[in-house]
Amino acid sequence: MSRTFVGWPAFPEAAVAATSDEQLRANVTRATGTIRAKRARLVAERPDWEDLRDSAAALKNDVLAHLDSYLLQVEQKVTAAGGAVHWARDAAEANRIVTDLVRATGEREIVKVKSMLTEEIGLDNALEEVGISARETDLAAAIVQLGDDLPSHVVVPALHRNRAEIRDIFVREMGRHGRPAPEGLTDDPPQLAEAARLHMREKFLKAKVAVSGANFLVAETGTAVVVESEGNGRMCLTLADTLISLVGIEKIVPRWQDLEVFLQLLARNATGERMAPYTTTWTGVIPGDGPQTFHLVLVDNGRTRALADEVGRQALRCIRCGACMNICPVYERTGGQAYGSVYPGPIGAILNPLLKGPDDPQTASLPYASSLCGACNDVCPVRIRFTDVLLELRHQVAEGDAKVKHPAEKAALRAVGAVMDHPAAWNAAVRAAGKAGPLVPKNRLPGPLGGWTDSRRTPDIPKESFRAWWKRTEGGSR
Amino acid sequence: MRTALFVTCLNDALFPRSGQAAVSLLRRLGVEVDFPSGQSCCGQMHWNTGYRAETARLARHFVDVFEGYDAVVVPSASCGGMPAEAYALAAESVGDAGLVRDVRALAPRVHELTTYLTDVLRVEDVGAYFPHRVTYHPTCHSLRAAPVGDRPYRLLRAVRGIDFVELPAQEECCGFGGTFSVKNPAVSGAMNGDKARHVLETGAAVLAAVDNSCLMNIGGRLARDGHGVRPMHLVEILARTPEDGPLPGLPVAATEANR
Repeated sequence: MSRTFVGWPAFPEAAVAATSDEQLRANVTRATGTIRAKRARLVAERPDWEDLRDSAAALKNDVLAHLDSYLLQVEQKVTAAGGAVHWARDAAEANRIVTDLVRATGEREIVKVKSMLTEEIGLDNALEEVGISARETDLAAAIVQLGDDLPSHVVVPALHRNRAEIRDIFVREMGRHGRPAPEGLTDDPPQLAEAARLHMREKFLKAKVAVSGANFLVAETGTAVVVESEGNGRMCLTLADTLISLVGIEKIVPRWQDLEVFLQLLARNATGERMAPYTTTWTGVIPGDGPQTFHLVLVDNGRTRALADEVGRQALRCIRCGACMNICPVYERTGGQAYGSVYPGPIGAILNPLLKGPDDPQTASLPYASSLCGACNDVCPVRIRFTDVLLELRHQVAEGDAKVKHPAEKAALRAVGAVMDHPAAWNAAVRAAGKAGPLVPKNRLPGPLGGWTDSRRTPDIPKESFRAWWKRTEGGSR
Repeated sequence: MRTALFVTCLNDALFPRSGQAAVSLLRRLGVEVDFPSGQSCCGQMHWNTGYRAETARLARHFVDVFEGYDAVVVPSASCGGMPAEAYALAAESVGDAGLVRDVRALAPRVHELTTYLTDVLRVEDVGAYFPHRVTYHPTCHSLRAAPVGDRPYRLLRAVRGIDFVELPAQEECCGFGGTFSVKNPAVSGAMNGDKARHVLETGAAVLAAVDNSCLMNIGGRLARDGHGVRPMHLVEILARTPEDGPLPGLPVAATEANR
């Protein structure tokens, strides 16, 4: 069985292991630093960048406001173009649809590309249960899969691995899943790329069924769009006889022309490239050219739940560029796996609770996996206000119907609030703090504050508070 | 013109020198500043942890204490940002339309200290003298929530005798984030460690900022590791004059010593 995020610990525990893994931190810092610098340089080239962001946000808002009619339009156009459209309410339904479709072909090994949504729903395991092996072909996703690992980034899923680790994975695993790595493989990037190329070519040429995701779905034409750097996606999308595309219902753009906005934003913001090397579009079936059977599975899996959240629905504007994780100081220290989902970083911190509900300990911890520094707001191409959504979700966890409660914290903050509300009580509290000052331990505080003092000395509490000084001196004038 | 100092609960209890410096600087610049003693806390801790009803309660308290003033000066970008950033939302969440109205009326009169100096008093050279090597950490709230822009830098560069040195990776968060540092101590500690390392790289004797919360975080790390860099609120630097001389206990900047 492939590894999954099922049963993953809450963020603070997962982060302890991640932050103490020096190699992981070095790999992540190096990778995010590189992409961050490239992005900044290329975004600065565009004087109309802020206008593009406005347009993208407005287009996506329109899609979300009229999602029902756009979805029906997609169904109609795809069907008219010779494709079949399936609707999946949740992960189980989506997995059943795809499993049945693949079984009907009689194939035992299929190829996959652009498959974050399949990771979200756990498709690999569902296929494995019926004896079907699905192999990733996006290079980074393939590295993750070969290493029996989990993704840590939406654009660069193997970002937490350096090239020496990748070489070891290739040498150890490729032979078990097809063509082995060449003799004497080093960690030289061209050599690694050639090994991956040879291994995957074999799969592309053999596979009769491909499963893909899509970056966009154009409503007016029923066209699916995949944007990628390697061309592996194009191999999958064109060589198989049967193509099954799983797409989240929020991936729609209304018109073909709207791609103009998103294709300009995506590559620059995601990888710091002016344009993605490969953009593949397909509309239904063309007799004698490409896959002759096309299935589009439209997946909800919590998206209508997110849509119903007035503040949180903006997260559905996301085009998965990964810029928020590249800029996030929290992500930089933990990598993506600590977030327990294929969607890590700031977008993961809001999207997962929105999709799944904030009422289990893992998703309830995510809105707090941020220092609220707001750097993500600045780089988001569709202007998601992450900090607003984080605060809204914290409010839902703290004061809402969520089953996860923080009773001790709630009581403490309420008590502090009550004291701060009453001048006499507050005066007394500040005075008491000054008196207790010398008694406060400098190097280790008790209880929940203990973690804080693991890496910090507590400040000295002065004997005389500001208010006491003011009273004694009338603000220094006496 | 009735001007009040909202000193903030953290400054009141832990960093009274920042409040005293603010009073002394404002008086030097001709502002008669009052300290309404009913004041307590802006409610940021409650707000950032998700407790809106508690925030609304403290917003009501804030309005009651300060609504009679023409200007409220706050030596903190994060606490100073609360009235504009959060109070109306908190009031809406408890359905208190009266509080929404009161907050909207008061919020524009609440000023972060450096913004008050440059935009209301229209002064950049406040006559300060501080002959020491100083670096400056722009806190996240001062960058984004209550953006103060380059005002602190303009104020610092006008200080006589100062040896100002830019902090590497300055716009990166120090990892405090209020209860974030309690709920996620491992990540927060790692962020703070990197920030402290950058501070040491500058060779500065003083780390300045406009939020004592972040300074407490970074300073706590520096102190634990035995480094002598002194965290100081920017206003404590601006309040020093040539008559005060160099700050005792700090090395005098090389440029100044050679004069």
